[in-house]
Amino acid sequence: MSPYELLIAPFAEFDFMRRALIGVIALGLGAGPVGVLMMLRRMSLAGDAMAHAILPGAAVGFLAAGLNLFAMTIGGLVAGFAVAIGAGAVARATQMKEDAALAAFYLVSLALGVMLVSLRGSNVDLLHVLFGTVLALDDPTLLLIVGVSTVSMVTLAMLWRPMVVECVDPGFLRSVSRAGTPTHLVFLALVVLNLVGGFHALGTLLAVGLMMLPAATARFWASDLTALVLTAVLVACGSGVIGLLVSYHLGVPSGPAIILIAGGAYVLSVLVGPIGGILLRLMPRRHLEA
Amino acid sequence: MKLSRIAAAGALLMALAAVPIAAPASAQSTPGATETRLPVVASFSILGDLVKNVGGNRVAVSTLVGADGDAHVFQPAPADAKKVAAARVVFVNGLGFEGWMDRLVKSSGTKATMMVVSKGVEAREMEEEGHAHGAGKGAHAGHDHEETDPHAWQSVGNAEIYVANIRDGLIAADPDGKAAYEANASAYLEKLKALDTEIKAAVARIPADKRRVITSHDAFGYFEGAYGLEFIAPQGVSTEAEASAKDVARIIRQIKAEKIPAVFMENISDPRLIKRIADETGAKIGGTVFSDALSDDKGPAATYIDMMQNNIREFSAALSS
Repeated sequence: MSPYELLIAPFAEFDFMRRALIGVIALGLGAGPVGVLMMLRRMSLAGDAMAHAILPGAAVGFLAAGLNLFAMTIGGLVAGFAVAIGAGAVARATQMKEDAALAAFYLVSLALGVMLVSLRGSNVDLLHVLFGTVLALDDPTLLLIVGVSTVSMVTLAMLWRPMVVECVDPGFLRSVSRAGTPTHLVFLALVVLNLVGGFHALGTLLAVGLMMLPAATARFWASDLTALVLTAVLVACGSGVIGLLVSYHLGVPSGPAIILIAGGAYVLSVLVGPIGGILLRLMPRRHLEA
Repeated sequence: MKLSRIAAAGALLMALAAVPIAAPASAQSTPGATETRLPVVASFSILGDLVKNVGGNRVAVSTLVGADGDAHVFQPAPADAKKVAAARVVFVNGLGFEGWMDRLVKSSGTKATMMVVSKGVEAREMEEEGHAHGAGKGAHAGHDHEETDPHAWQSVGNAEIYVANIRDGLIAADPDGKAAYEANASAYLEKLKALDTEIKAAVARIPADKRRVITSHDAFGYFEGAYGLEFIAPQGVSTEAEASAKDVARIIRQIKAEKIPAVFMENISDPRLIKRIADETGAKIGGTVFSDALSDDKGPAATYIDMMQNNIREFSAALSS
């Protein structure tokens, strides 16, 4: 198989592959930097909690209006924002730590969603419906994903400094300005936006994968923030493209393929990554001598 | 997936809790079965309709997976365990269709007889599908699972076997109603025979080179075997499977190469993928067909016969034009 057939032909021949390509690249551009900031704030697991928080909202949207992009997006955004802002506000206003507040909020949201779904008595497996497929991106969904990605990048560009400061030393930011709380809330909003964008393409849970795995991978290759973000974006987009090609050539489901490629990159980085990778630590190094 | 696991665990716990409540109800109904209607459970809506037709007014049928529900991924609720616990006969399709049934029957503690209605049906293995599609590329063999296709009711001939099994099951549980069940079954079998003829005639009217249909999941294998329409689907026999880019690409190529005129959506499946395929190939969307569940009472497929008539009407309309 020639390189052209291997890499280019699938996208040249099929419209759905081109759409999937645009979708995963847009997701990678938005979710990569957000994932890095989440990792640095030690909120890696919060992404998973948020994904659960979005699910019931999207489910309610689905129950109300069927497989309607608008209703499901609004439902997911409302539920996600409510949980994120609620948890953030409790963490700021009381002595409770953010992780505990988030756990409390998302569990309530999840239970509420399961309750609503059960009362409606639908037999269609909602998770299945909510498991978007990257192979079936229509125009509105694609515009939504690209829109989310654009908003994320513009917001990050404008608020980069306060966000980074908030991330590494929230106490300092609070002492020098009052931008701390708004910055934090904007950041949480970005997380929710990216997860909602991602769930249309990959489903809620896999969307977290495309956010966190590239960030965790980048940690083994870069130490300064700019390099971290660039690496994460590269890994996210790369996994997307390679995952699609694997799905195309080997006939495996595309969503899991994309995340497993990202997971493979992570494992590889743990082993051979130049910053803190296992192999490097095992190799004897010369002591610095004065 | 976490949510479904949580939900399943919850449902199981609650089902267990429901057993003591449900148990007296079944104990009451056992001695008085000749006076009251025989409580039976059918696993999904199509089977429920067949049981209703054979049982007539001697049985009270409840179905677990209702109209427009997807039995592949169904999650039983406590109310379902109660229904099963109270039933005298539980009718299931078998052939691996209701994976959740065994657990439900165990947890409900029912004394009901389990009746597999597909007994005697010639099961269709999924491997044959590669040959049936005649693509001959062997591309499909790579990831073939040895799965049985459970959608046997899509051939009216198999539905006749179902009806005979249902009749026997009901007679075994309620010998007094033997005459009634036999009369109902033979009247219904007449109708099925007419339906079979009707479908064969409709297929014969479709030009031979146009007898190809794209649906979202592989539910029409038995229809294909019985009536000679060829079906192609991106998803496998179960809606649980996710389509791969390769499958979608294969189908798009095939639609373009063979100029297949229409694709069909099913009432239980995610319509997005089929819409995308239609957009990309220029094939038109031929309407909704019913594979694994009936529609509600107002819909075009409220009974098994309506469903089969609706499907063949949709196929003919899209393929003949």
